This record gives sequence, C-alpha cells and structure tokens, in this order.
Amino acid sequence: MAKHHIAATVNGDPVEFLCETEDTLLDVLRDTLNLTGSKEGCASGDCGACSVMLDGRLVCSCLVLGAEMNGKKVETIEGMATGEQLHPLQQQFLKHAALQCGICTPGFLVAAKALLERNTHPSETEVRYWLAGNLCRCTGYDKIVTAVMDTAAAMRKG
Amino acid sequence: MPETNGHSNGTNGQHAVGARNIRPDGMDKVTGRARFGADYNLAGQLIGRVLRSPHPHARIVSIDTSKAEALPGVKAVITRDDFPDQSSEFIPAGEMMMNYRDVVRNVMAREKALYEGHAVAAVAATSVAIARRALKLIDVKYEVLPHVIDVVEAMAPNAPLLHDDLFTLGVEPKPEKPSNVAKRIEIKLGDVEAGFGKADIIVDREFKTAPVHQGYIEPHAALATVSEDGTTEVWTTTQGHYIVRAHCARLLGMDIGKVRVTATEIGGGFGGKTVVYLEPLAIALSKKAKRPVKMVMSREEVFKASGPTSGATVRVKMGATKDGKFVAGFAELKYQAGAFQGSPVQPGVFCAYAPYDIENVHVIGYDVVSNRPKVAAYRAPGAPISEYAVESVVDEIAKKLGIDPIQLRMMNAAREGTKAAYGPKFGPIGLEETLNSIKKTEHWNTPLRKWQGRGVASGFWFNIGGETCVSLTVNEDGTVSLMAGTPDIGGLRASLAAVAADELGVPYDKVRPIIGDTGSLGFNFLTGGSRSAFSGSMAIVEAAKLIKADLIARACKLWEAKPDQVEWKDGAVRPLGALAEKVKPMTVVDFAKVAGKTGGPIAGLGRINAQGAGPSFGTHLVDLEVDPETGRVTILRYTVAQDAGKALHPAYVEGQYQGGAVQGIGWALNEEYVYGADGKLQNAGFLDYRMPVASDVPMIDTVLVEVGNPKHPYGVRGVGETPIVPPLGAIANAMEAATGIRFTELPMSPPKVLKALKDKGLNKA
Repeated sequence: MAKHHIAATVNGDPVEFLCETEDTLLDVLRDTLNLTGSKEGCASGDCGACSVMLDGRLVCSCLVLGAEMNGKKVETIEGMATGEQLHPLQQQFLKHAALQCGICTPGFLVAAKALLERNTHPSETEVRYWLAGNLCRCTGYDKIVTAVMDTAAAMRKG
Repeated sequence: MPETNGHSNGTNGQHAVGARNIRPDGMDKVTGRARFGADYNLAGQLIGRVLRSPHPHARIVSIDTSKAEALPGVKAVITRDDFPDQSSEFIPAGEMMMNYRDVVRNVMAREKALYEGHAVAAVAATSVAIARRALKLIDVKYEVLPHVIDVVEAMAPNAPLLHDDLFTLGVEPKPEKPSNVAKRIEIKLGDVEAGFGKADIIVDREFKTAPVHQGYIEPHAALATVSEDGTTEVWTTTQGHYIVRAHCARLLGMDIGKVRVTATEIGGGFGGKTVVYLEPLAIALSKKAKRPVKMVMSREEVFKASGPTSGATVRVKMGATKDGKFVAGFAELKYQAGAFQGSPVQPGVFCAYAPYDIENVHVIGYDVVSNRPKVAAYRAPGAPISEYAVESVVDEIAKKLGIDPIQLRMMNAAREGTKAAYGPKFGPIGLEETLNSIKKTEHWNTPLRKWQGRGVASGFWFNIGGETCVSLTVNEDGTVSLMAGTPDIGGLRASLAAVAADELGVPYDKVRPIIGDTGSLGFNFLTGGSRSAFSGSMAIVEAAKLIKADLIARACKLWEAKPDQVEWKDGAVRPLGALAEKVKPMTVVDFAKVAGKTGGPIAGLGRINAQGAGPSFGTHLVDLEVDPETGRVTILRYTVAQDAGKALHPAYVEGQYQGGAVQGIGWALNEEYVYGADGKLQNAGFLDYRMPVASDVPMIDTVLVEVGNPKHPYGVRGVGETPIVPPLGAIANAMEAATGIRFTELPMSPPKVLKALKDKGLNKA
C-alpha cells in the first residue's frame, strides 16, 4: 500500500512527510521527525510517557495514527520552553526534584500543562486524578504533585 | 559530620553538600533533550527482533532459519549456535551470584525453552515490518514438556524437572537425584529451641508473596555496532556499563578492550537493569550483518522476559517473654528463582531478623527454580519478603501482649554493638532514632475512624561499596569536569557535583558531572546496592586529595616555600606565618590560569574499592481505609523515617524514601504475576499489572534521620533500597488494625480482601 502524504504543524513549524498506515503518531514523532522527547513505555496508552497535544487535546501519541495528524497541530515536550525561557512547570519540576530517572517527565509536563490550561486552581485530588494516566515508578508522585500545585499557585499570582 | 572530618570547604562558607541544588542533568530532562536507550540511532542501522518461546517448558528439537534468511531485507539471524557454551562457575554479581552457564542459556535458549518468552532466535532486518515477517518464517520444532510455576509444587519430589544436572547445594550428603531446589542455606545464632523454651508466647505463621516486576517505565534498549576487525561499540540503558562490557566480552569471546559501552540515560532500573538481555544479541547480530543493530523490547517482552523478583512462601515463628523481649526467631524461606538458580534468598535469610537484637535465631532458605523468567535484583533484593513476614509476626506479638508496636520494636531494636544473626556486629546505626521520630510525628497521634487502620514496620538493608573510579579535571578557566562510571539513576550527578564543589572550593554550578563510557575510566561496578553516591563521593574525595596535594606542590614552587609553610583550607592553598605577608592565597581558579607554567594539566583520578558501607534502617507508618463493599484499600497517610547517615542532597534522598514506599504500596496491594494453568503470563501489560498511579497514593511524608557512618568522609549511608522494605509489613499491620484480619498473602488486592471480609461476615453484601 502506498504511503500517506501528511502535512501538519509541530510545535509551530510546518512539517511534511510520508508515513505507513500502521505508523503511530509516536513513531512519526520519534523516527521520522527525530523528536525523541516523547517516550514509548508501553505502546498501549497505559503509561502516558508519549503524551502530546493534538489540536489542543491531550492524547497518548502511541494510540493515534501518524496519518491522523494530517492538517493538525501537534505540541510536544520539545515545544514547551519559549526560547531560553522554561515553562513554569519545567522550572518547578527542577526546583522540587520532581524527577529521578526522567523518562516519564516529558509526559507528565505535557499532561500537567494541559491541566493548568483548563483549571488554574486544581485541588491536590484533581491533580492526582488528571495525572493518573501517567506512570512514574521513581518518585512516588509526591514531588510531581507538589510541583504542579506550586506552578498553579505561581501562575495565578502572575 | 563534614566539619569534623575536615571536608566540605565550600566557597564563602557555603556548602553545596546538604543543599537542594538543581540537578546538572535536569535541564535536558525537562526539555526532552536527554537521550535514553531507545533515543540513539546510527546511520545504516538495522532493527533487531527476538523470537520467543510460546511454551513455558519445551525441548528445542530443531531450529530452521533458512526461510527467514532468504527473505529480502533480512541481514542476520542468530540462534543458540551463535553463542559458545560456558562452563559452570559462580561469580559474585553485586548482591546476587551469577553463573555464565546460565547467563548464556537465558539470553538465548539452548537445550530447552524454560519459560514463556524465553529467547529462541533473533533477526536483524532493514525494517520493523521485515523483521517481524522474518520471525514468523523461523521454524522451531518443540517437544512440549510438563511445566511447574508454583514454588512449593516445584519442590515436590515428582515435579517436572527444569535442569537434569541441578543437585541441591548446601545439603550433606549430596542428593542422589536432581531437583528444582538449587540451594539450601542456613544461618544460626544461639540455640533457637532453648529460646522457644523461654518464651511465654509463640506466634507461628506462613506467608505468601507474589513475584513483582521492577516496573521501570523505560523498556530495555540497546544499539550495537561491530566493525570488521571486531571493534565493538554499544549504547544501552543499564545500571552498569562495565558489567555489560564484561558479560558481552565473555559470552561472545571478545577482548574486553575491544568493547566500548556507553550507558545512555536510564529510565529506571531498580535492580532490573543489572543483567544483560539484548546487548549480546545486538552485538552478535551486528557482527554477522556488519551493520549497526538496534533492539528495543516491547512492554510485553519486559514483563515476560526480564526481571521480576521472587515470589515466595515464608514461615516465621517467633517467641517472646510476656514483657515483650524477643527470645527466639525461626524462619524458613522458599524463594522462586525463575528458570535459573539465583534468587535473592540469601539476603532474604540475612535480613529477616536484622532489625532486632535476638539471642537465638535460625533461618533456612531455599532457592527454587520453576518455569518463570529468571528473577533479577529488585531494590533490596529478597529483604522485603522475609522482613514483611517477620514484621507481621512482630505486630501480632505486640497485639497479643498489649504492648505498643513502636515500644515493642524499641525494646528489641538492634543498636550499636548488637550482633546480627548473619554475622557482623553493628556499628552506629539509626533504627531507634527512626522509631523515635515516627512516635513524635503528628501522624502517629491522629485518631482514626471505623474501617481505618494504622500500621508500623521497620526495615533493614546492608548497602554495599565496591570498585569505583572517578576523575576530576580542572579546566583552563577553573571550572571542573567530573567523570563518574556509574549510571545516574536518580540524582547521582547532583550529589557527586556537590561533593566535588566542596572538596575543591568551587561553586556547585562550576562543576559539570558526566557519566563516562567504559573507555574513559577504570572499572566501575554497577549502580546497585545503594552504592553509587556512597562510593562515588568517597572516590571524589580521593581524587580531590591528589589535586590538592598537587596544588600545594605548585604553590611551593611559585612561592619558593616549603610544604609546612602552606596549607589547603577553605577552598584555597594558603600561605602560613611570615609567608602570609608576602603572597596571597590561591584558589583552584588561580591555579588553572597558571597550570601550563606550573606543571601542566590539573587532574585527579580517584580509584577505590569502597569499604565500610553503613547499613540503613527505616521505620514506616501508614494509615489506610478498607471499603467493605469492594475490598479496595485506600492509603490515607504515609510517613517514612530512615537513617541516611548524611543526606548529600536531601531532596533526592526524600525522593528515594517516597519512591520506595510507593513501590512497596504496589507490592502490598496490587502487583502480581498472574499465571494460567497453561503456564503463561496473563497480565503482561500496565493495564493488568497494576502499579500505583498518582490517584492511588497520598503525599509521602519523610523524616531524614542522620546517624553518621563513621567509615565515610561525609557520614553517608546508602539510602535507595531500604525504603522498599517496611511498606509490606506496615500495610499488612494496618489492614489487621482496620479489619481484625491478619492477611498472610500478598498482594492484598480487592478480590482477596473482599473474600476475607465475607468469610468473617464483615462484608455488608
């Protein structure tokens, strides 16, 4: 079967490529576009390490086909900082030591950013349930949840 | 601690050690730049895939790879024939023992496939699709054999035998028949029967635990390239790249010096990445194909063919006097090793009673093979299992005697001078301090409601040191390059950079730590045994000593002074006495500027076999609530107190405590390998193998106890492993408090809890 011709926007930049039908969005990001910040931990949508935004919606990129991104906007961890300015979530993750090995970190950051764009005042419970689709085996989640709560508080203050 | 040992000479009195510095590798990890195992690629690389046995136990009659080899795009196929056999020889592998005869059979099945998922062949092809098609074209003829999964069934006299040549070690006379029991070990202290004779109360219970996986989020991944002259390069996600190099060189008959291994960033290991799986296959495929080969496991392969740790059956019998003195402890541990011998039963035996000062102890352990994946180390390997059983019985004794469980532990706690049943006399240790800390928390004194329960348990782990080599280089501008050879799995670079900064008197952010490849430094044992910060910081102190001695010599030359006229103090070489009138102190930066004129590059190599690892004790406190309608258990509150000796970086020490506690919560409540009658794993994915998610757990409060380790220049103890030891017992004890039921089987998952409640008539339904 012929490859699909895809044109999309990734982190604000236009991209154009060919992909196989079975290639996932994660495959395309990692292998075709060389954006390896999104990680494959399970390929079944259980770990959230491949979390990206697709037209403003938080998705596991391992559960979306590459062909589905045609004409759409994708945002990944690589697009989270602006120039030299880290996103407040990235700063707080560093400050709070909210990562140990760091493999789950890109997925957590993308998912947490999506939360804070919808809810500027999340409770601890809301943070925990929103991030329940992201597995972390190192931290026990404590410092991740604290970092997200502190970011929300700092962003409210402006 | 630091001051008394003359270290930590930070600039302006600021110590980097003990501060919550931003980790040097953090920026790359929050921006997606950090490169983990699967993120490496080479031009012209092939994709490697593994054919795995569908049977839990089968003789491999023949393997025909001709059709796969003929498929266009297939560049290499390997089987057992590509790996020379290895003689039987036990060698120490950190906290575990290993035998290359078994390693070669685990990476590629030889006479038999011994578990579902056992590698039988591998291919390298130009695309994933072609590699997959090629696997289907490999024709393996199996003679399916009866299998055995359960550890007690595997010990039965007529159980299916995994290895015809496995005769139980540690029994006299040597058994006449082979069995699945690889080893029997035993430790004795005092006279346990006499001890039970003095007891007013004896509690005797049997416990069962399920095998659990380390659960690192990053699957195994390796990229290898072998040139025509045999020069080999490997990039792999591992806890020990020197160990990978040693294993691969041995398995494939290569000179160690020809193999260069780079440890990529590692996405979690917890002991599970201390062994080789893909690396020798990728090298063998690349050797054949003469092209780079990249291999990445799927999550299903991770579950079926790597890790896990043992499940076990454990009997614990303890005796105490009515005023609460423990007088005897007996235990019998049967640990699953998986398909090859080498369960962590020995540390399980050693740790069982280590937290207590008991005169009479007798512990027996069995290492038992069955048709499961070969176990790998998992955080304090073996200890959580035996200590869970003992801590459950300790709790039962406390209840029966009406003594507060912290008080009972305090009365019997191991302290400095206590002789442990496994041999040594403890030096200064912090168990009592952790118990006291827990007792003082607000948490301990908060009331609970119906269906809620509170549990406490303590835990112990030895910690290790071992061979370590680091380098410190002072660059031309006075910044410092630090190279270590133990992969950074959770903040190591931050801890080591702080030590280097204080030792050399430079600011923390002027030290750039990197993890060097195997060609950069002398041999480093792996990151495991809670050794990397302990040993690495010791080696840095040694490297810094060499640099300081060199700088003193250079100062003497520049100042035309004698060694007794100068000293290293507060981050500089300082002139003493009359000389101080003439010349100004020189810092590392000052020397860097004149390095060329004073003797050339400034560098120090620290190389040690680190001794004196201090054991770390911890005590955990947990509140939970049981839902009587569903059997679901919710963790309400959790506090960890543990002795760190000295926390080089408090935030990452807390992180170890919190992460270990949550792994323990998963082990206690949900995680288990579920096998069908067909001997196949039924839950090889994160949906059905249920690890804790953020909404399953509360904040994990921590208390950093610091009873300095006198054998370490900063007082450091390993901290990584102990935190997974107490949770199992603490949660089981809290379950008893909430329900009145003593659960003796893990995990305490909703179906089991519900059944127990129903059996007791406690369930509403």
